[in-house]
Amino acid sequence: MAMQFLASFVGGCLIGLAATVLLIGNGRVAGISGILGGLVARDGARLWINGSFVVGLLLGPPVYRLASGAWPAASVTASLPLLIIGGLLVGFGTRLGSGCTSGHGVVGLARLSPRSIAAVITFMVAAVATVFLMRVAGLS
Amino acid sequence: MMARILIGLIAGLIFGVGLALSGMLDPARVRGFLDVTGAWDPSLAFVLAGAVIVSALGQAWARGRATPFFDKQFDWPATRPVTGRLIAGSALFGIGWGLVGLCPGPAIAGLSLGLAPIAIFAAAMIVGMVLFTLLPVRAR
Repeated sequence: MAMQFLASFVGGCLIGLAATVLLIGNGRVAGISGILGGLVARDGARLWINGSFVVGLLLGPPVYRLASGAWPAASVTASLPLLIIGGLLVGFGTRLGSGCTSGHGVVGLARLSPRSIAAVITFMVAAVATVFLMRVAGLS
Repeated sequence: MMARILIGLIAGLIFGVGLALSGMLDPARVRGFLDVTGAWDPSLAFVLAGAVIVSALGQAWARGRATPFFDKQFDWPATRPVTGRLIAGSALFGIGWGLVGLCPGPAIAGLSLGLAPIAIFAAAMIVGMVLFTLLPVRAR
């Protein structure tokens, strides 16, 4: 258990380091939904910087595999309809809300941005309520 | 331009390795973290703690500089106002996050694990982002 807490903390520090590299190097906030949104909207000026970040992100798990000898655990229990509804809500919601766990959470909270604090409280409450209601309804 | 692309790649890679190490790639653990009234797994709170601490240090470094290393200016998002659009989008995102246990970063990095449910979720997420571009919404 203590090892899991440590791995989570060190992993979090790496995420903060990644945000720092992007900020100090390119002047950009490391918001994944914003970066993906830029690609989806065919933002030509940022195509290569956004694209290279996504390629790096995809290389993360294989590099972790090389370093640790095992793939990171991932077990998905959601049914096909829930995967589709959840994906649509996350994609649409993060664009409407101008950010996700990274942009509002990692970067925005560190700035004490009122918009990000409001966004994080909202999506945390919504996510906790959703998990609670699914358990009560016997969906998970 | 090459330097900015390389910075994007490095930042994405560090971000992806951090996600893999932290446990954020595992939807079952994320949903366990969100299940505060059930079998709560608090370990992922340490991801946010580590990420915000390092991100805040990085931002302090950035504020001491007039420009980022490889671009003309820092692209800081607005910190105010808190709008209905921000709250509505964040609530939709939180519901989707709770339903499946994936947010945008893990949905993309997790594609490297070759699991069909993550690919289906990521595809729906991109569709959600495309749908957003078709809507005439106000800025912010």
